[in-house]
Amino acid sequence: MPIKTYREAINEALRQEMEANDRVIIIGEDVAGGAGGSAGGGEAAGGVMGITAGLATKFGRDRVIDTPITESAIIGMAAGAALTGMRPVAELMFADFIGVCLDQIYNQAAKFRYMFGGKARTPLVVRTMIGAGMGAGPQHSQAIYPMLTMIPGLKVIVPSNAYDAKGLLIQAIRDDDPVIFCEHKSLLGDSCEVPDEPYAIPFGQAAITRKGSDLTLVGISRMVKFCNEVADRLQKDGISIEVIDIRTTSPLDAATILESVKKTGRLVVVDEANPMCSVASEISSIVASDAFDYLDAPIKKVTAPHTPVPASPTLEALYLPTPDKIEVVVRDLLEH
Amino acid sequence: MQLSRDQLLSAYRRMRTIREFEERLHVEFLSGTVPGFLHLYSGQEAIAVGICEQLDDDRDYIGSTHRGHGHCIAKGVDVKAMMKEIYCKKNGVCGGKGGSMHIADLDKGMLGANAIVGGAPPLALGAALSAKLLKTGGVAVPFIGDGAANQGTVAESMNMAAVLKLPMVFMFENNGYAEFTAASYATAGSIEARAKAYNIPAVTVDGADFFAVYEAAREAIERARNGGGPSAIEAKAYRFWGHFAGDPQRYRAAGETKELRENHDCLKIFAEKVTQAALLDQAEMNAIDVEVMQLIEDAVAEAKADPQPDPASLYKDVYVSYP
Ligand SMILES: Cc1ncc(C[n+]2csc(CCOP(=O)(O)OP(=O)(O)O)c2C)c(N)n1
Ligand SMILES: [Mg+2]
Repeated sequence: MPIKTYREAINEALRQEMEANDRVIIIGEDVAGGAGGSAGGGEAAGGVMGITAGLATKFGRDRVIDTPITESAIIGMAAGAALTGMRPVAELMFADFIGVCLDQIYNQAAKFRYMFGGKARTPLVVRTMIGAGMGAGPQHSQAIYPMLTMIPGLKVIVPSNAYDAKGLLIQAIRDDDPVIFCEHKSLLGDSCEVPDEPYAIPFGQAAITRKGSDLTLVGISRMVKFCNEVADRLQKDGISIEVIDIRTTSPLDAATILESVKKTGRLVVVDEANPMCSVASEISSIVASDAFDYLDAPIKKVTAPHTPVPASPTLEALYLPTPDKIEVVVRDLLEH
Repeated sequence: MQLSRDQLLSAYRRMRTIREFEERLHVEFLSGTVPGFLHLYSGQEAIAVGICEQLDDDRDYIGSTHRGHGHCIAKGVDVKAMMKEIYCKKNGVCGGKGGSMHIADLDKGMLGANAIVGGAPPLALGAALSAKLLKTGGVAVPFIGDGAANQGTVAESMNMAAVLKLPMVFMFENNGYAEFTAASYATAGSIEARAKAYNIPAVTVDGADFFAVYEAAREAIERARNGGGPSAIEAKAYRFWGHFAGDPQRYRAAGETKELRENHDCLKIFAEKVTQAALLDQAEMNAIDVEVMQLIEDAVAEAKADPQPDPASLYKDVYVSYP
């Protein structure tokens, strides 16, 4: 099977869905790039990270629409177009910029169907980059999915690898509800086997990335990679860790987590987001209430601290959960 | 308006400091020693300096952008502490926690560079409101790119400033591009006309001409200090580098930046004007260049040698107090 990067997998999902359905359009800042430029106006970027490269050239600027810097209008226009027959994929470059346009997501798109009495369909996808690890500083590095996960009406997707990124994005585009698709900027260059043909991964189905029996590690987005690394390290010492990639924070596949914890009796949740009111807290609370009798040890979370993301790479490394930090917590809990 | 020799020398020194700071950072960035993203201000020096030379440290505030180094230097932020911040070191102006896009120095009236495009203009409204209520006579100046001009926050801020007659100067820097997209595509109508639609007095000037910026800023600041409310200036600007250090600039015609450096270099234009009018000698400016080179050399060396931030600082200063 061909090996593709996370970036290429996303690009391929967009291209295939645009080929399949001409109502699929892309809207965002510099998603093509080069408009009006002295080089002649041809596509010049394909997004700041090159994820949409080639799509404007292939599908034209009517379907790959460069916008002014105006996130409220971008997301609002995409939501309005979704409500009226299009299937827009809006790009909100860095997830931090959600601060500029939250109303259009939170009060508008997320609530149409419910407050219009079930009459609306809003097949909107917002693609956005999350996460630390690039020294990008406090306003370009946040993992903001918890605040989106708590909003009824939104689906929130957190792919941890290229295979999932393609399948989940295709599902997101075909889905009739508003979807926030969180791409981790530190995963863009990671690669794995990705089929050439289109495929959709259903939402709300976690993946078990390592089978094990001693302890359950639940990871979100980039943290799944770290969890896998810890499981592989500990396996050498005869410790058997089960790793679960939740893949989507809303809907959340609680069943797979509960089933695993009932088997292992121990749970560590690893989340790059800040710890208060987080997805890690939510998972911990579900397990505490629905699998309490099976637990042999307290539930532990490994998360970022309750601070903004510092610019300094030295401090940023301390901020982030790492395989070493996870390993310490896991070994500790196994002693319990 | 005739500037004194000292004023001219000071303006030249600041513009040269910004240029040298940025050109050196570009080299350092490409050699891989500078963390994070870097947006260079080279080419736009006369705009920041043309207005900030007329602002006071203690009562006047500026709000900056992702391309903020020039604004900071013009407003008097310590160059060495800035360099340390860009290297994210312990003794940086923000202790290494902000980096290039968040250099801030409230004691110098610098409300922060800003990584959110359109983030600063509303904050500048607040500084202007404080100045008005506290009767300091202070003025607030947000710097706004041609791309940022399209954010709702900018329209909202101009309207609010006009309604409340706040002491402000909206300083637009139209360098023709927002990232990889031209202003001719993304910024409809004219920025000057947008300001005028709110009854805000507005002019357009050549941002490579220090004297043109200075004169427009002088009038606008005077109006603000005298209770005349906000003004706007659209400075045509010239971005010598790409959007960020390392940008391949596929959207720009080959030779465009070379042409800008030849014909729209504010430092060259300044030197020509002052020598032709016999206000300064070239030798005086050359002497400043040597001093500035040394300053930047030292700033880079000290930044590289500065320690990393203390690990404990990660947890500090999230709040003033938190039980
Ligand atoms: C809210 C927000 N949207 C988008 C960006 C990404 N971005 C950073 S700089 C920039 C272009 C800004 O252009 P302009 O205002 O003309 O300033 P210039 O870069 O030319 O100085 C963009 C789109 C951002 N940082 N914040
Ligand atoms: Mg610009």
